[in-house]
Amino acid sequence: MAVEAPARPEAPAPRRSGLRHRLAERGVDRVLLLLVPAVLVIGLLFLYPMLYGVGLSLQPKNGGGPFGNYADFFKDSYQRGTVWKTLRLALPAALINVGASVPIAYRLRGRFRGRRVLTALLVLPVTLGTVLVADGLLRYLGPKGWFNRVLLDLHIVDEPVRLIYNYWGVLLSLLITGFPFAFLLVLSYMSGIDPTLERAAATLGAGPWQRMRRVVLPLLAPGLATTFVLAFVLAFSVFPSANLVGEPAGETRVMAIAAYQAAFEKYDYSMASTIAVLMGVFELLVISVTLLLRGRLYTGPASGGKGS
Amino acid sequence: MTAISRPRGLPKRALPKGRLSAWLVWACVGFFLINLGALIFSVIVNSFGTKWFSGWLPQGFTSSWYSDAWDEFALGDVLTVTLEITLIVVALALVIGVPAGYALARRDFPGKRIVMFLLLLPVLLPPITYGIPLATVLYKVHLAGTMTGVVAANLVPALPFVVLVMTPFVEQIDANVESAARMCGARTGQVFMRVLVPLLLPGILAAGILVLVRTVAMFELTFLVADADSQTLIVSLYSAAFTPGIRAAQAIDAMAVIYMALSAVLLVIALMFVNPTQIVAQVREAPAE
Repeated sequence: MAVEAPARPEAPAPRRSGLRHRLAERGVDRVLLLLVPAVLVIGLLFLYPMLYGVGLSLQPKNGGGPFGNYADFFKDSYQRGTVWKTLRLALPAALINVGASVPIAYRLRGRFRGRRVLTALLVLPVTLGTVLVADGLLRYLGPKGWFNRVLLDLHIVDEPVRLIYNYWGVLLSLLITGFPFAFLLVLSYMSGIDPTLERAAATLGAGPWQRMRRVVLPLLAPGLATTFVLAFVLAFSVFPSANLVGEPAGETRVMAIAAYQAAFEKYDYSMASTIAVLMGVFELLVISVTLLLRGRLYTGPASGGKGS
Repeated sequence: MTAISRPRGLPKRALPKGRLSAWLVWACVGFFLINLGALIFSVIVNSFGTKWFSGWLPQGFTSSWYSDAWDEFALGDVLTVTLEITLIVVALALVIGVPAGYALARRDFPGKRIVMFLLLLPVLLPPITYGIPLATVLYKVHLAGTMTGVVAANLVPALPFVVLVMTPFVEQIDANVESAARMCGARTGQVFMRVLVPLLLPGILAAGILVLVRTVAMFELTFLVADADSQTLIVSLYSAAFTPGIRAAQAIDAMAVIYMALSAVLLVIALMFVNPTQIVAQVREAPAE
């Protein structure tokens, strides 16, 4: 009966039961009703505000055509600079977090006593949150904090190192809050690689470095790309730490701060939406490039054994 | 290295000892953990100190900052609000998200990729990006500053998260189990409540706890939408820390310690139910020795 499947599922059917049957063949039946509340919520609370924001950004307060706000943003070097300042924080933070996770996860994947405790310790900062880490950095790295005191007493430096209220404070806070997250993901990707593969490589005469370079890293690469994307997303929305341990008027005036100031200090919701949209665009740009590169990597099974 | 090439049959040993590179890695981990510990400890010490101008430790110790902070920041109210908002968000995200995850796992329908993309976007975009338009809309409909508004804003990242965690969990369950239940005469509701929910319980717990932790730590969205009566602990902490000089630093640190204690309790509960390495993939434990 339904040998020639209709091009559109809504195509008129001779009998009602026939239509339902053919819809069900394409996977459309009452089970999909379960999806409706979730789609409604996301549509109402995410899609509609986003589209509203895009619309708002095209209606500049100061006039100048639909793209006036975008032009203003790129003409003003104080605003334009926020893009570079954000990327200058988020890219190194994400790269360092992912890069540092690889050797540590590699050491931690075997079974040994204290593995669970060590993992828990490394994951702990996830719960600290950016605000708490920022507060702690102010105490610990401040001119009278313990860190500078140790350096001074050991005569490594002559005067306190300035690590807060500038770029380094924010980068450190991003490393502390972002590392556990990247580490968790890398660890679970690393655990997904069958250890027998490496043993096989060792049997065939591969040294430790060759095993890492030729077996583990290629299998891990897609996971690393995904982790980088998620770590980058986390680091890209630096807001509390850039305000608290950074220099929010200068070196660490990231896009989030610019958007917040436009919305809640100047009450220019149109400009705020413009910056928010640009934030999304720049972030998705980096993500797409990463995912494109990821598409060129091997993405097969990472298990060995008998025909599995 | 030793973890791989050590002969089988040996008992588990302490940290795998290797060559120089291994020691370098452990040294870096140690350096990171020591600094992190000192960072946390300096906040705790400061919250108990009377005055701390110079020297290694404060001049005296007191616990009065805690009662000060409790009264001054109305922490009782803030904690109640935090708990209420978090629990409502978790409940709503689970009730809406679990069935959606089920539908996405079991059915292949036209437009499925669009739905998946729509659910992935809130996870991929930084909260500020959609938080500012969302706050604008919520202010327009006079929901901003209310509990409803804060719950709605927090639901945006929480709901897709539940769906994305639940979908692989449902895929693991054999669809034949459901068919068998139906053959035995179970109605749809019974299949759900008596077959699926018990089987999905580990996944539901994991998703719920992860959403709980994320909502307590979610700063940006709550900050953009809440006012003084509907703010959570983290927003309250930020407001206090961002206006230094008005409040004593020790009182702010006392609040930070209370927040830290809350998160630590949540982390312990989370680790009891969720194996952290199983979030993205089913982990295959190293073969038994």
